[in-house]
Amino acid sequence: MEGKKFSQVGRSVTRIDGPAKVKGEAIYTDDMVMARMAHGKIKRSTYAHAFIKNIDYSKALALPGVLAVITGEDAPNKWGIVPQTANEVTLAVDKVRFHGEGVAAVAAIDEETAEEALDLIEVEYEPLPVLLDPFESMKRAGEILIHENEPDNVLHQGEQLFGDPDQAFAGCKYVLEKKFYTSYVNHAFLEPHSSLAHYDPQNGQLQLWSSNQVPHYLHRQLSIVMDMPMNKIRVILPAVGGGFGGKGEASSSDFCAALLSRKTGRPVRVTYDRNEVFVTNKGRHPCHMKMKIGLDQNGYIQAVDFDNTLDGGAYAGWGMVVMFYTTSMIHLPYKVPNARARVRRVYTNKPTCGAMRGLGGVQPRYAMECLLDELAEMMGVSAYELKMKNAVESGYRSVSNLHVPHTEYKKCLQTVVENSGYLEKHGKQPFGKGIGLAGGYYISGTAYTLYLSYKPHTTVLIRVDTEGGVTVHCAAADIGQGCNTVMAQMAAEVLGVNYEDVHVVSGDTELGTFDLGSFASRVTYASGVAIKEAARQINDKLFEVAAGMLSCRAEQLEVRDRRFYSVFEPKKNIEWEKVVDVYTNTVGTLTGIGHFSPPRLKGIDLTRGERVQGANIGHSPTFGFSAQAIEVDVDVETGKVRVTKVTEAGDCGQAVNPMSVEGQVEGSIMFTLGQALYEEMHLDKDGRMMNACLHHYKVPTVMELPEMDTTIVDSYDPTAPFGVKESGEGPVQPTIPAIANAVYDAIGVRFTELPITPEKVLKALKEKQGK
Amino acid sequence: MKQQLIQLEINNQLYEIPVTPRDLLVDVIRKKVGITGTKKGCGEGDCGACTVLMDGAPVLSCLTLAITCQGRKIITIEGLADEQGALHPIQQSFLDHGAVQCGFCTPGMILTTKALLDKNPHPDQTSIKRGIAGNICRCTGYKKIVEAIGAAADRIATREVK
Ligand code: FES
Ligand code: FES
Repeated sequence: MEGKKFSQVGRSVTRIDGPAKVKGEAIYTDDMVMARMAHGKIKRSTYAHAFIKNIDYSKALALPGVLAVITGEDAPNKWGIVPQTANEVTLAVDKVRFHGEGVAAVAAIDEETAEEALDLIEVEYEPLPVLLDPFESMKRAGEILIHENEPDNVLHQGEQLFGDPDQAFAGCKYVLEKKFYTSYVNHAFLEPHSSLAHYDPQNGQLQLWSSNQVPHYLHRQLSIVMDMPMNKIRVILPAVGGGFGGKGEASSSDFCAALLSRKTGRPVRVTYDRNEVFVTNKGRHPCHMKMKIGLDQNGYIQAVDFDNTLDGGAYAGWGMVVMFYTTSMIHLPYKVPNARARVRRVYTNKPTCGAMRGLGGVQPRYAMECLLDELAEMMGVSAYELKMKNAVESGYRSVSNLHVPHTEYKKCLQTVVENSGYLEKHGKQPFGKGIGLAGGYYISGTAYTLYLSYKPHTTVLIRVDTEGGVTVHCAAADIGQGCNTVMAQMAAEVLGVNYEDVHVVSGDTELGTFDLGSFASRVTYASGVAIKEAARQINDKLFEVAAGMLSCRAEQLEVRDRRFYSVFEPKKNIEWEKVVDVYTNTVGTLTGIGHFSPPRLKGIDLTRGERVQGANIGHSPTFGFSAQAIEVDVDVETGKVRVTKVTEAGDCGQAVNPMSVEGQVEGSIMFTLGQALYEEMHLDKDGRMMNACLHHYKVPTVMELPEMDTTIVDSYDPTAPFGVKESGEGPVQPTIPAIANAVYDAIGVRFTELPITPEKVLKALKEKQGK
Repeated sequence: MKQQLIQLEINNQLYEIPVTPRDLLVDVIRKKVGITGTKKGCGEGDCGACTVLMDGAPVLSCLTLAITCQGRKIITIEGLADEQGALHPIQQSFLDHGAVQCGFCTPGMILTTKALLDKNPHPDQTSIKRGIAGNICRCTGYKKIVEAIGAAADRIATREVK
């Protein structure tokens, strides 16, 4: 297998941006300073739903040190990452739809002056009824609409039918249906949004430095909002302090900085306070779900019926895409021959929901893995046996036409069950102690762009010369996940050099070649394809020169450890630099360029061969898998659930940088453990957020860290570049249901609403005793 | 607001800085002195990213008024590597163990670790966890940070034996 011969890929290496980060030398957007830089601040609405009758900013403008004030009228063009549903504006126009929405922005010579100016802006509101519950929102749509052109307070709804679930259910021996609810959570990345814009009035060019994970999509949105061609705008990412999806679209800070810069002719920076990060949200959609699963007498899944009401908050954002992901995610990692999904994404007067790590997967996964656990109990078999029986295999094609070229999911399940002692522990521990099993998967990139386009999703340019050595250009975004290091490793692998020799120019729409951005766990796979192709072109040229220098044939050469060797006569060899030197001296700089276009599969119902609305969403060149067995202690006095041990096994294909994969897996688990047990944003009845700070929001600290035993299972996807798959979103999928299943094992209560707080546990225990 | 001159010794260098009574240490270090390794993740004492060492003890610079720091010795993340630029063993250990992802918590984590190991050179798991309980990391899941701290303690111990 090609996968076993790697020298740069498959090695745990320290990240190339690591030294700067441990020395405090990495520059994040808020660390930058520019001459004449002004500071921008945003005035936020104090109503969750209201008409804006008037905004008077004359006093603010008169304050010494204030340079400019803008309101919604300065940039009425609507933006949104999904162009069909774009309905957000930089600052509210005529109406505010959530508490904390921006209504005006100020640029001043320093932050204090800008703050002071905000207080001088007078906004007159005419309050409207506040709709915070999606069901109430739909019910009262006749009386009050959040968006005038969205009839039922619904952004979009969809129904997908595959096969004949009704008939299938009729023939099932075991059928279970339950409701589940997932909570309203935020990414809580540690670096608040920050944007620094510099508009040069002389050449009409705009540069924006931003804490963002999708420079390309941000670039497009800027072009729309600013009414400027893309080629006059450059987006640059300095170091980014985490994203997890929350920086997976533009932020109002980007537009305010850009508009204020254009208005003042100065560089302007807008950095959010933590509380603004919460109130502008874009976190995970709370989902009100109903799921029904039917098994035949042997335990094979025959049908799944899924109903989901997504509480979307005030604007569209990623909403429609997230909604259809929740439908797509019921088709794997088990074989489901018949399925139906009915889903709707509803507007409410809350800060908008958007993309968050493992988007669209986490919610249905919670429902499905808990139901399977319960079904196994009904059948009198272990959940392990039931899941193994239904698990997909390499080459599987779902009824919705999702194609899984390769999977080691069964190996993941097997490994965790063995390593955790699940079968020996489950159901056999004293009251209060439990173990739960769950699995999951995620896409490794998407098949389609968010706007209609056939262009490649990634382009990589590799430049080789005596001056720079190897430079990889690609506008991908390293937001901390480590893709720059991984790209260097992959390029070094093909070029036969060391990863430390490779310079990576990323996160820049001008110097980097095209890339869609860091989301959907796409970068390793997509850039891997493009890097392989670009590096092959480089090698072709260098092999010819080396062949001449060694007096042998180019096709008889190989390159490794910075040397070209004749495969037949390894004594014939020459240093890589010398060959590059000769090439540069005779021809000049050498470049190679590679592209990646994902395979396009249509979302059809295979039983009828018919197109299904929204079913293109969820297709991916390959998929990553993870299984987890989680152990808990439930304190019956306090109701506290403590995760004591997590055993995980993941299929990420060939790990490029195993240490980095472990970091993704461990980070995913802790991230999601927070949602399972602690995290939730609370709004009061007027829609004001009550806990918009890290302390009261309850992000897990190190004190919640359980023992963790993670395994990267041996895997290699022969259809993928270097055999790779994703590793940063698959492992978030099983955590919540594994915890819920463990709590059931511990105290015999099934929690179907998140988070599983001590109050809920105590209440449930009391009810149980009463019975 | 009226400014007043204060002296701060930051990373062994003396600075005279005009501050207002309201200026926070984090902003003075980042904006007025211009060394930006100290990070601001919340500005309200919840995340630990802004941790600096003041006379050897970790403090949250976002909750500290600069004016109260007259004459104090402050070490920021930039002051940890040695004169020749070699990394401090804690920094090296964070690197080697993959305890850094986005890096935004890293300066605060490393300085909190420094204070912890200065006080307790051989911490067990629980002391390590208690030591960094006030520092949030959203990326790593903490496991590699705890490992890096344990290894750093060993590294420092062997270095000192030598
Ligand atoms: S910035 Fe000081 S504790 Fe968060
Ligand atoms: S590495 Fe990102 S917050 Fe710790």
